[in-house]
Amino acid sequence: MELYVHIPFCVKKCDYCDFLSFSGDVLVKAQYMNALERELLAAAGECEGEKVSSIFIGGGTPSTLEYGLVGKMMETIGRAYSLTSDCEITIEANPGTLDNGKLQEYRASGINRLSMGCQSATDRELRELGRIHTFDQFQKQYEMARICGFENINVDLMSGIPGQTVDNWEYNLRIIAKLGPEHISAYSLIVEEETPFHDRFCRQELALPSEEEERLMYEQTGEILKEYGYYQYEISNYARKGQECRHNVGYWKRMDYLGVGLGSSSLRRNQRFHNTRDLKHYLTLAEKPQMIREEVEILDWQDQVEEFMFLGLRLTEGISMKEFQKIFGKEIREVYGKQIEKLKNQGLLDVKGENLHLTRKGISLSNQVFVEFLF
Amino acid sequence: MGTIDQSKIRNFCIIAHIDHGKSTLADRIIEKTGLLTVREMQSQVLDNMDLERERGITIKSQAVRIVYKAQDGQEYIFNLIDTPGHVDFNYEVSRSLAACDGAILVVDAAQGIEAQTLANVYLALDHNLDVFPVINKIDLPSAEPERVINEIEDIIGIEAQDAPLISAKTGQNIEDVLEAIVHRIPSPQGDPTAPLQALIFDSLYDSYRGVIVFCRIKEGTVKKGTPIRMMATGAVEEVVEVGYFGAGQFIPCDELSAGMVGYITASIKNVQDTRVGDTITDNSRPCAEPLPGYKKVNPMVYCGLYPADGAKYQDLRDALEKLQLNDASLFYEPETSIALGFGFRCGFLGLLHLEIIQERLEREYNLDLVTTAPGVIYKVYKTNGEIIELTNPSNLPDPAEIDYMEEPMVKAEIMVTTEFIGSIMELCQERRGQYQGMEYMEETRALLRYRLPLNEIIYDFFDALKSRSRGYASLDYELDNYERSNLVKLDILVNKEEVDALSFIVHADTAYERGRRMCEKLKEEIPRQLFEIPIQAAIGSKIIARETVKAMRKDVLAKCYGGDITRKKKLLEKQKEGKKRMRQVGNVEIPQKAFMSVLKLDDK
Repeated sequence: MELYVHIPFCVKKCDYCDFLSFSGDVLVKAQYMNALERELLAAAGECEGEKVSSIFIGGGTPSTLEYGLVGKMMETIGRAYSLTSDCEITIEANPGTLDNGKLQEYRASGINRLSMGCQSATDRELRELGRIHTFDQFQKQYEMARICGFENINVDLMSGIPGQTVDNWEYNLRIIAKLGPEHISAYSLIVEEETPFHDRFCRQELALPSEEEERLMYEQTGEILKEYGYYQYEISNYARKGQECRHNVGYWKRMDYLGVGLGSSSLRRNQRFHNTRDLKHYLTLAEKPQMIREEVEILDWQDQVEEFMFLGLRLTEGISMKEFQKIFGKEIREVYGKQIEKLKNQGLLDVKGENLHLTRKGISLSNQVFVEFLF
Repeated sequence: MGTIDQSKIRNFCIIAHIDHGKSTLADRIIEKTGLLTVREMQSQVLDNMDLERERGITIKSQAVRIVYKAQDGQEYIFNLIDTPGHVDFNYEVSRSLAACDGAILVVDAAQGIEAQTLANVYLALDHNLDVFPVINKIDLPSAEPERVINEIEDIIGIEAQDAPLISAKTGQNIEDVLEAIVHRIPSPQGDPTAPLQALIFDSLYDSYRGVIVFCRIKEGTVKKGTPIRMMATGAVEEVVEVGYFGAGQFIPCDELSAGMVGYITASIKNVQDTRVGDTITDNSRPCAEPLPGYKKVNPMVYCGLYPADGAKYQDLRDALEKLQLNDASLFYEPETSIALGFGFRCGFLGLLHLEIIQERLEREYNLDLVTTAPGVIYKVYKTNGEIIELTNPSNLPDPAEIDYMEEPMVKAEIMVTTEFIGSIMELCQERRGQYQGMEYMEETRALLRYRLPLNEIIYDFFDALKSRSRGYASLDYELDNYERSNLVKLDILVNKEEVDALSFIVHADTAYERGRRMCEKLKEEIPRQLFEIPIQAAIGSKIIARETVKAMRKDVLAKCYGGDITRKKKLLEKQKEGKKRMRQVGNVEIPQKAFMSVLKLDDK
């Protein structure tokens, strides 16, 4: 199983962000970490006999936490859960909140992977996004992380930023690739509702690149990163061979995961549920995980099959048809024969050996493909 | 109940232009005579259907009987017959009027006479009704009762100086109206011992009692057991019950005799047997001849109705069947469209009738419908001498087999304030109207007369009229005759395939413009798909307009991690739901909305 820990605090919310995050003072953060510890301890009982193969501390911005809080939490996890020997433990960090002390604390607590939100190598774009750091700050912290012993680093980049040209994007990509992180996540900007970007979008004040440009950026990403030894393994994720984010791959392969913390999601024994998004509620009842969980959805055979398809096909290797049969007891063609044929004819899907995967065109139109696999 | 003194009966209706306060006045009259307390009254008692109340129009005729104790100390029986308030239902209006002896003309004190006011007054005078005017809405700040009184006298030529000045809304001076009914509406004539002669002015289907016939007894008497015959349809039944109309309920009585208004039930299964305007007589002692004025009303406007979900075809059929039980003028027959599957070609009295039926199907029967462009009946004269009455453009024969075609024309009267005459004339010109003349009603208002092709006014003419006159113009029309016309069938091709449900008949001169606008509109409505989609308008094999829907390049969610999966699935499901609401034509998915959005192309 996998463990996800949510830290909802940020120094300031970015203008495009619709995640569950907010700023919090020292006291609230301490209360929150206390509640998190209670939840971790209480939920451990449900995980007896299971090995945790990856941990992801995400947010929000986990690196906004004051010194010692992450270390303490990791200690709790180490005591209450049984981790595999090669457990991948990632923490997300904003370069504007990192420093030598925090990085050393993370390393010492057993965290072995750092995911840095950089987004752009151009300060103008960083300001446009409402980020709190400059590119220079990122570079310094990146080097610091290397010095502190992080051998597995991801850098998040964003394409399709207002005002960005195809050339700007290529510049950003090359700068980061030259730095040589083990993993790069490159996302196309999505204008989500209830964000400052959305308001600007509605007022037609958001100079987004055209669809043509945006797709060109996307197409280029894979090609450019290839030059630097990265390969694309998911719609928005690139890595050196063997350095894929195991935790995230787990989501796409439908591994069991337990989410702890405010608003976090879980998939446990084919049930999906979410923790409350109400901070007060969470702080008072965290030690009773059953009381803070909402929207429990029991996945039936059809739900599981659908998820298997639309999650698994996000991976460039696609889904294994053998595995489909093994898990669901039916030939995939018996279930989706017609759809597969149609999508193949439309050039969106292809078969390679035992695997079914999206084509290049299919990736850009993946929702059109996934919809076909819903019952 | 014993025999009722004819001299104490008043059978009347209220006529008015739409929104001048007809139904509100009816409510006040009912309320004042104490039939219902204010608390029991739902606003506008006579408008039974939700739809009627919402739209503020009367769709079906209704009747109510009330007892009024007049200032002379006598009790009078008022039979108020509410008439439909729209040109689509002119025939029903005329039959309701024929059931009355007099009419109250309601005129809005601010707006004065409108096109329908005139049309209805003339209709009432044609039926020899005594008409007395009432000036309503005197509580409005903009009310000008003096001006309106003069207008009524000048334009209609009926005496209006002592017209009651009322506010139906506040109830002000309603007594004056009640007294005027007693004194100015004549009592009915007719011999209760003569052979039965009763006029059907409406009927209603009730699942327990069968058809309930609303009628006015002109001569003779009818009671339980009387063998009755509908003279036009020939149906014969024995009377089960007679009675009169309470407010929203039927109250049985022993008999109905000459001069009375009431209902008859006779285990009649189908409203088709009790056509509005038909005469009921005693089958064992029939009257010499039926009452004048009966005609079988025929639909004027046709369109295709399809269930959005093909599996609901049977439900749609059942619903239409049920609606037809109550609506003899609704016509339907099965048809098949390549684009829309199985559905029905339906005929209506007019566009309002169409909209009402459509709304009732959607609301009362929970059906999701796709409607094709409404059209009229064209007469196609073939070279082999055959004449086809065409209601579905898809059935148009090959042009080589057509000698010529005719389209129905209407005589339209448009009342408009002088400042808008120019723009309204322009509109009529655009719609191929033939100018017939103009009369000034008073300095600021004129009545325009045009002959217009019916197919030009059935979809958005009324809307266009309103928007180009800031709501001031009013319209009345009646069917005139058929006229030879240069008509063509305009086809729409989506991705090179003809979409039969989008074809329509149009005059050759306006075909280009219509085709261009259709293509533009469809371009907006058809979402981008995996490939480029040409949209073309064609007459025969000649393409006259083209637009292109560009291919979709991107439909992808960049992020999908543990917390996004549930939401992501919901988004996909929504997308799938949207796809379901599309119609597959060839390999293009066309949203159902697109089939209807092309009905409204006037963007001025």
